[in-house]
Formats: sequence, structure tokens, C-alpha cells
Amino acid sequence: MSKRFNLWFILPLAVFVGLVAFFAVGLQRDPHLVPSPLIDRPAPNFRLPQLAAQGKSFSPATYHGQVWLLNVWASWCVSCREEHPVLLKFSREQHIPLVGLDYKDQAADAQHWLDNYGNPYTLTAVDADGRVGIDYGVYGVPETYIIDKAGIIRYKQIGPITLESLQQVILPLLRELQK
Amino acid sequence: MKNLIWVLLVLLGLALSWSALAGEAKPLAEDPVVEQRMIKIAEEMRCLVCQNESLAGSHADLAEDLRQEIREQIRQGKSNQEVMDFMVTRYGDFVRYRPPVKPTTWLLWFGPFLLLALGLAVLAGVLRHRSRTPATEPLSAEQKQHAEALLRDQP
Repeated sequence: MSKRFNLWFILPLAVFVGLVAFFAVGLQRDPHLVPSPLIDRPAPNFRLPQLAAQGKSFSPATYHGQVWLLNVWASWCVSCREEHPVLLKFSREQHIPLVGLDYKDQAADAQHWLDNYGNPYTLTAVDADGRVGIDYGVYGVPETYIIDKAGIIRYKQIGPITLESLQQVILPLLRELQK
Repeated sequence: MKNLIWVLLVLLGLALSWSALAGEAKPLAEDPVVEQRMIKIAEEMRCLVCQNESLAGSHADLAEDLRQEIREQIRQGKSNQEVMDFMVTRYGDFVRYRPPVKPTTWLLWFGPFLLLALGLAVLAGVLRHRSRTPATEPLSAEQKQHAEALLRDQP
């Protein structure tokens, strides 16, 4: 009889420990990282003017058959400053097209930014009203999409690319996709 | 008298600041029907920038843009479901305040009922166990004698 009782007394403690473990895991997760439904889907098409290139436009079809990156940024975006050196390093070391999507920005400010801090982009498309951003499910700048040879989005980095994420996630994936 | 003047001045200041605030308010959209439908849809959606707010109530820049997008789609004659699908294909189920019923959300939807069933089963088990065991065990001969002795001692 007494043995059974002990078991029942321990039950609430066991449930409590289980809940604590559950919450501990839950609290470690960043609620701002919302998984994108666009992963493994074709990159939405668009045609946008290029920054500082009169009359020239850009469309994702340009890079069909190549692996490329689409980096959403803006001159008003604080964490883009943080990410910038990593992008510069990337463009120096890799021969992979890195397209900037200048999101809801003033062309003059964007150009000024690139002149001041260096331009890592193969080209920059101007999404002045953020319409293309909506199609890509952009909700926090910077965001970076990796698009494969078939034009499928394979990865989305939410927030700035760090040296760590570049080396551990992005470069290995690019190598894999380029095979 | 001095106090009264102060009070009047403060009131005047309040009135002025109130009118300044009123001046900043945005004009209502041209079409109240579209606006009403937009708000109804937007209330069902989460703003991704400030996740505790609905798309209808958020002041985030993105929320503003998405509300405009919803307005345009309503004007194009899209149904509420079509607008919702548009958002979900871009931002995922996370934008919905009502998660859809699908295998990954079964636990979320049916978990509470499962817990209720479990609780009822435990309750039934305990009650049956209790009805089978007699409420009080009969006293042994020794206990009976002891009780009688105690009763006899009572004045």
C-alpha cells in the first residue's frame, strides 16, 4: 500500500519536471525565426529596375542555370551594417552572383551607402515599394535567399549573415548545389 | 485666482495638443465597405514584425503595406479565402491566428480532448476502486473491547 502511495506522490513532480524541460527547449527557440513556406518552391518572378543603371532591369530568369543569392537590404537597416563586411568578404572570395534587393529605400541613400561602405553586389535591384518583398515573404531586413540552378529557393537566412553562418551553413550548401 | 489662471492655461494647452493630434490622424479610406472587409481579414492575421499584434492593429511598416495589399485584392474582387491563401503562401501558417487542422497540428487541436478523456478515465478508475473497497474496515475484537472500555469510562 505505501509503495503505491509513493508513486502517486512522485507523479506531480515528474509532470512538473517534464513541463520545465518542455519550456526550457521552447524558450531557447527564437520566435522571430518563422520558417518560410517558400523553401523548395520556385523563386517568385519579378522585374525591377537596377540601382544606378539607367533603364536596366533585373529578373531572376537572368540567373537560370546558376546558383545565386538574393540579399534583401536597405540603407535604413541597422543590422545590414553588421552583415556588410561578411558580404564583402563573400563577394571577394566567391564567384557566385550576389544580387542585392534594395527594399523600401531611397535610391540616393542606397547609392550613398554602397559608395561609403563598399559594394558587395553583382547588381542591385530596387524594390522601392516593397511589393517584391511581399512576394518573397520578407518581414525583417536583412534576409538572404539561396536559389539553385533550377530557380528553386533552397535556403532562407533571416537576419544578418554572420561569419559563422556563412562558413557553417551557406558555403557548404552552395558547394552542394553547385555540383 | 492665480490657481484658476494656471488651470485655464493647462486646459488650453491640452486642447491645443489634442487638436494637433487630431490633425495627424489619417483620413479614412475612400471605400468604407472595402475598409471593413480589410479589417475583418487583417484581424485574423498576425503581424510578423510585432508578433503579439494582429495585422489590423499593428503600426509596423510591413503591416501597413500588407493592409494596402489586402485592400487592393478586395478591390480586385478576391474572396477572403483567396486573400488568406495569398498571405499563407508567402508567410506560412504562422500568419494565421487560427492554425489549420493538419497532421502537425493534431496535437494542438485534439490534445485538450485527449487530456479530458484521460482525466475521465482516471476518475472512473478511482471511483470504481473506491466503490469496491468497503468504506470502513470492521473493528477487530481487541479494538471493540477497547472502544467499549472507553465508552464505559464516560460519565
